Amino acid sequence: MVQVAEATLDGRIPDGPIEQKWDNRKSELKLVSPNNKRKYEVIVVGTGLAGASAAASLAELGYNVKAFCFQDSPRRAHSIAAQGGINAAKNYPNDGDSIWRLFYDTVKGGDYRAREANVYRLSQVSGSIIDQCVAQGVPFAREYGGLLANRTFGGAQVSRTFYARGQTGQQLLLGAYSALMRQVGSGKVKMYPRQEMVDLIKVDGVARGIVTRDLTNGKFETHTAHAVVLCTGGYGNVFYLSTNAKGCNVTAAWRCHKRGALFANPCYTQIHPTCIPVSGDYQSKLTLMSESLRNDGRVWVPKAEGDARRAADIPEGERDYYLERRYPAFGNMVPRDVASRAAKERCDAGFGVGATQQAVFLDFKHAIARDGEATIRAKYGNLFHMYHKITDEDPYQVPMRIYPAVHYTMGGLWVDYNLQSNVPGLFVLGEANFSDHGANRLGASALMQGLADGYFVIPYTVGDHMARHGQEKVSNDHPEVRASLEEAQGRVSKILGVAGFRSVDSIHRELGQIMWNKVGMSRTAGGLKSAAEDIQALREVFWNDVKVMGTGESFNQNLEHAGRVADFLEFAELFAIDALHREESCGGHFRDEHQTDDNEARRDDENFCYAAGWEFQGVGNEPVLHKEPLDFNEVPLTTRSYK
Amino acid sequence: MSGQGMELKLQIWRQANAEDKGRFHIYHLSDVSPHMSFLEMLDVLNEQLITLGEEPVAFDHDCREGICGMCSLMINGQAHGPDKETTTCQLHMRRFSDGDTIVIEPWRAKAFPVIRDLVVDRGSFDRIMSKGGFVSVNTGNPADANTILVPKQDADRAMDAAACIGCGACVAACKNASALLFVSAKVSQLSLLPQGKPEKAQRVLNMVAQMDEEGFGSCTNTSECEAACPAGISVSNIARLNRDYMCAMLCSEEGM
Ligand SMILES: Cc1cc2nc3c(=O)[nH]c(=O)nc-3n(C[C@H](O)[C@H](O)[C@H](O)COP(=O)(O)OP(=O)(O)OC[C@H]3O[C@@H](n4cnc5c(N)ncnc54)[C@H](O)[C@@H]3O)c2cc1C
Ligand code: FES
Repeated sequence: MVQVAEATLDGRIPDGPIEQKWDNRKSELKLVSPNNKRKYEVIVVGTGLAGASAAASLAELGYNVKAFCFQDSPRRAHSIAAQGGINAAKNYPNDGDSIWRLFYDTVKGGDYRAREANVYRLSQVSGSIIDQCVAQGVPFAREYGGLLANRTFGGAQVSRTFYARGQTGQQLLLGAYSALMRQVGSGKVKMYPRQEMVDLIKVDGVARGIVTRDLTNGKFETHTAHAVVLCTGGYGNVFYLSTNAKGCNVTAAWRCHKRGALFANPCYTQIHPTCIPVSGDYQSKLTLMSESLRNDGRVWVPKAEGDARRAADIPEGERDYYLERRYPAFGNMVPRDVASRAAKERCDAGFGVGATQQAVFLDFKHAIARDGEATIRAKYGNLFHMYHKITDEDPYQVPMRIYPAVHYTMGGLWVDYNLQSNVPGLFVLGEANFSDHGANRLGASALMQGLADGYFVIPYTVGDHMARHGQEKVSNDHPEVRASLEEAQGRVSKILGVAGFRSVDSIHRELGQIMWNKVGMSRTAGGLKSAAEDIQALREVFWNDVKVMGTGESFNQNLEHAGRVADFLEFAELFAIDALHREESCGGHFRDEHQTDDNEARRDDENFCYAAGWEFQGVGNEPVLHKEPLDFNEVPLTTRSYK
Repeated sequence: MSGQGMELKLQIWRQANAEDKGRFHIYHLSDVSPHMSFLEMLDVLNEQLITLGEEPVAFDHDCREGICGMCSLMINGQAHGPDKETTTCQLHMRRFSDGDTIVIEPWRAKAFPVIRDLVVDRGSFDRIMSKGGFVSVNTGNPADANTILVPKQDADRAMDAAACIGCGACVAACKNASALLFVSAKVSQLSLLPQGKPEKAQRVLNMVAQMDEEGFGSCTNTSECEAACPAGISVSNIARLNRDYMCAMLCSEEGM
């Protein structure tokens, strides 16, 4: 039985009608006067879309900012890899979009497990994001008349997605990065690349700094400040194979969790339907083929089980366009969780294609016949090129083979409406928090959220915290600072001291197997219980048998990886516990026990309409569950249907 | 696929740190699948080295999708290896043959000091960017996005330039270790767009000055940079930068 805290969690949602909540909150927030801002320091960890936009905006206001990332430059954050686009309720195409509709689609797409007030604010500021990015010189796609172009993404019936070829994340990040570098140039931001945050410093219960490790030489440092803003991205790499960059990790968030920050809904994971299938056991990551391809590509498998003919040899009448068949209203554009499960269902039933039969076709034949190859090339050229590179097959000639892969994590550190965690002074932005996407994220909404948080929310809410807590500084010699530092140093020595026989990578891969097989796309109580046991056992293996080469005083990628895997091994257990406790299916969380007769997710609103915030009780000990009840006043709870 | 893979001889640059002189080591790797990416091949080598109790080869990488610009290897003397418009992480072993020797080195340039093995410090690029690779606009309430009209052709050309991934292959490929392709890509992107026009002169002067200060060499128009660029950035951007630079020197006060 899960231990449940008596008091419910308070999201501190402002009063008033939904349209006015954000304005009401802004008018309540305390301000720091312009002259006083320079007396405050803010630490921003992570410089992806969320972190770069936050650091730049805070520095523009006059705060002194220190920004950290583990890559060699802020421009390389994983946000750079986002392909498809960013949503905004601009209604430029005049197809009936509105703030309300984007809000509605996002709440519904999230399968009614997001906080309404946050989602509404996200929709409200979405238009300003596009304005801001255009002002920075982000080269969005345009029509011949010079106006911005839009396209459609899954889960929506309007065209509200702005894009820059298949490189939208790159262009948005470079926009935020340029704003950040402008502040670096002006001296308001001090940038610390190749640094890993390895602990949070709390003084008297308030977040006051971080411990970092310099990845080039292993040196530890402590940095104190008046607030810590965590923007460290998602934890999909707990599955080893995912579409995330190799360095994506849970370390920063997990260390905050161990210092008291609640981890919310860790089991909500997005499995993206259109990725290049696994091809061999050396595989180091999976590659996404943007969802935007589903605008023009049609998904199908052969009607006959085990049909091994080449796609070209299978006549039209013998093809099963199963998404169009099952979901006539949305067709190939159903949300990701629905599309992924449908692909898995077909493959499990024996209709998969390709050598491994763990794939379905994504076919552009009709689109090319309709629009011509040049048009398709202009829209998706770089994606087709990438596919060709990886698979050695030309998608202009033969259909792509795709299969679902771990892609995004909706769970993250719990935050209130102000994006502050339950640890005062610790704010969490972007993919690292849990707040806006519920149990499933719609395409093109993560970029929107990261930039909304960084450009338009945090500049207001951080000030309120500063104004309430004063200007007093914490010295690096403070006992709580020293204690965090020593603990972090001890952890590295401990890893190096194991001196066993198993490589870090092999343990990480094994963890990934456990997660994919038992905590992946379909979950059962039995599987989840055994996953938790497997994870505990693997954690033992790590601490008794891991072999890390080199020293702690040099550039050591093996040690870096080991630290991250050690945290994944603790975090994975919480993941499984969360999935086990949630006796319902919703969005990306699918429990085999809870499905309708036609295999759709069956939610249990009576018992599970809450966000689950877990409190750490020590490694291997049962965490305590804090519930934040979710109220749906604007979008009434209904069963999601895309039929 | 045991027994069916390729045998390779890898000649890899090993250097403990910036002070170390560095040297090539030779490694033999067998059973390399043609479907592996180049970095996966190095992963396999590293796993074997760890088993043998040797330190793995350090190399930068992150996205492994050709977009973050982190990976950076000189492969048989070519930045990012033999394939056109392809990063190291997207290069696949099917491009090599059984029995090949592959020489793997870090980017070599004064402005990119080696940190370890194949990893270099490209902080100089960030410093150049901090001198002008932006439009000076604060977060706030800019005008509605569609009030700025950008002809599709300009938007497309700006996007072509903006596609730069900042990997540094252009520098590594250039015999003078010039960073002009990198700098010109950003300068072009912004000077092609109306948003970038007001600061056009100042931007090019400041960025070029910082580039010189970092110790990058000068451009002698050999176009090796364009040939090596994984993002297809054209040397026409250098021509545009040169025009902007001349104009800035002649027309603006900053240039006086
Ligand atoms: C292949 C792919 C395609 C995508 N396409 C889209 C799309 O089209 N549209 C969309 O809306 N979303 C898309 N997404 C999702 C979206 O890109 C991400 O959710 C989003 O960019 C995350 O931004 P972020 O700022 O929260 O984190 P990130 O961009 O992941 O940045 C994390 C930052 O934290 C730093 N960091 C992490 N850990 C530490 C540590 N311990 N110490 C110090 N620094 C640390 C990193 O260095 C980095 O700077 C895509 C994702 C993937 C994987
Ligand atoms: S690892 Fe990102 S471009 Fe190669």
